[in-house]
Amino acid sequence: MKKNFPASVRLTLSLIAAVGVFFLLFWLEGQRTEQGMLISILQKSVILSIAAVSMNLLTGFTGLFSLGQAGFMAIGAYVTGLIAMPVSSVDNVFYVSGMADGLRSFKESLSVLPTPLLITLALLAGGLIAAIFAALVGIPVLRLKSDYLAIATLGFSEIVRAIIAAPQLDRITNGSYGLKAIPGFDSGGGRGSLLIPFGVAVACITFIVLLIRSSYGRAFKAIREDEIAAEAMGIGLFKHKQLAFIISSFFTAISGGLLAMFMRSIDARAFQVTLTYDILLIVVIGGIGSITGSIVGAFLVTFAKEWWLRFFDQPLVINGFKVPLLRTGFRMVVFSIFLMLIVLFYRKGLMGNREFSWYRLLSWPARIGRRKKSLPSGDEEALK
Amino acid sequence: MSLLEINGLKVNYGGIEALKGIDFHVDEGEIVTLIGANGAGKSTTLKSISGLVRASGGEIRYDGEKISGLDPQKIVARGISLVPEGRRVFPNLTVLENLRIGAYLNKDADAVEQEIERVYKLFPRLEERHWQQAGTLSGGEQQMLAVGRGLMAHPKILMMDEPSLGLAPLIVKDIFKKILEINQSGVTVLLIEQNANAALKIAHRGYVMVTGNITLTGSGTDLLNDASVREAYLGTKTNG
Repeated sequence: MKKNFPASVRLTLSLIAAVGVFFLLFWLEGQRTEQGMLISILQKSVILSIAAVSMNLLTGFTGLFSLGQAGFMAIGAYVTGLIAMPVSSVDNVFYVSGMADGLRSFKESLSVLPTPLLITLALLAGGLIAAIFAALVGIPVLRLKSDYLAIATLGFSEIVRAIIAAPQLDRITNGSYGLKAIPGFDSGGGRGSLLIPFGVAVACITFIVLLIRSSYGRAFKAIREDEIAAEAMGIGLFKHKQLAFIISSFFTAISGGLLAMFMRSIDARAFQVTLTYDILLIVVIGGIGSITGSIVGAFLVTFAKEWWLRFFDQPLVINGFKVPLLRTGFRMVVFSIFLMLIVLFYRKGLMGNREFSWYRLLSWPARIGRRKKSLPSGDEEALK
Repeated sequence: MSLLEINGLKVNYGGIEALKGIDFHVDEGEIVTLIGANGAGKSTTLKSISGLVRASGGEIRYDGEKISGLDPQKIVARGISLVPEGRRVFPNLTVLENLRIGAYLNKDADAVEQEIERVYKLFPRLEERHWQQAGTLSGGEQQMLAVGRGLMAHPKILMMDEPSLGLAPLIVKDIFKKILEINQSGVTVLLIEQNANAALKIAHRGYVMVTGNITLTGSGTDLLNDASVREAYLGTKTNG
């Protein structure tokens, strides 16, 4: 039997941790000037964690290797940006060709809504439109297997990007000029710059976790493990793959919408394949098939990339001796080396396919000592 | 009227005729076995009954209704479940999760719990190991799990594809004892075996398949004593 604390202990610990995090975020919001860097990195981490968890729902739990993340994020970002952008800024942003009349009157009719409601609506609309796209694209694409599916979804993502930047859509997406003046998290007034993205992330990830624990989640995992056996058990392959794909795309687009609010101005180039690779990286580092792994991975990768390794980008002179290699861009080299080390030593990512447990966390120091002594029997993962 | 009737069933696999129009039937309460060499079309027969493979001709009738052409879900829901060849348990899921997936189409939580109890009574070993990942079970235990998972759908007909594959003789004996027990509890069994000896011993009736055709049929004991069967599948020469 898996070792763990009783449910009451776990619940208490989790509640304490949640309250602690809440107050920490609340306190950080007040320190906006001193802690600007930390706040923006936290924002980006938590936004990417939604995309990573959504990707994990597909790749880690349903066994569908899709690389369409950037495309769905672009859909979410543009829909959210277009709806949430104040009508008063429209002429400024669309200064080249102007905004399509239908879209403008639609925005004017929405402008009676209070900002928080408008933003909620904008995020949901982004998610829904991405879900519709996923449903349509899924019909042909989900019949493909493994790498073929990856290539097809990658193609879809590039098509989305190309269409957004197309001059023919200038009056809707503003073509290659991109969208600006997208309201940020603090635009509702008061403290929202951390609590809003964290709140949305908690809601999205909770939904995905509940889905995975439901009988649908079991069916997803069965498909991942063995499609033929799953079909023989009466699980409809296409229906369940489609469901996972649509839900994953919905939340990926929510993450894209939040990213638009985080960046304030977006253009199609922000949604290149590299964005998909960043998310894939987070999923792999965290552990394919582990929700907590994806969350931890999102924070770890973002913090390392944006902050901890900044040191390597600055020239350093000690006693007149200029340390070699330290220059702009070198941090990415160091980052890549770290990635290789992680992949070498944690072949299944930091969490493997396990989830966070208080017992494992608190018994970690003891386990490290044990593992060194008895490697063969100590870790089931090492045997595989 | 038989519970399951197969009339002139044909299946093509990429241009090759795997089944060339076979007829057989299974009556309620029976154990019927299909025996034959590799590539005779035994697995294809089961796959087409469960809807995993489309038939190119003929029909399959169950309880008087035509079921050929239906989706696998509908066929499972009507009471035909398949224990696939090579066990195919879900390796990274626990024993209990595997069992629950077997009852996927049953949305009544209490009924599912009852099915689990029933399977545990039949295979106490599964209850002992319910939290263990299925991939870490021994071959025999995995076969028990595969059979248990098949029973979770509460089938009228349980179809088993080579349950003895790759198992030690002692465990094979055990599995066949369980198959008898399942049959005595009221489940009709359609069994495919290369281990013809063991299969014919417990079967009421048997069919011999050779390259997509049924060549011989009879009661289990008749086939067991048939000279040509003995020579071809049981590896014993008979004099005279």
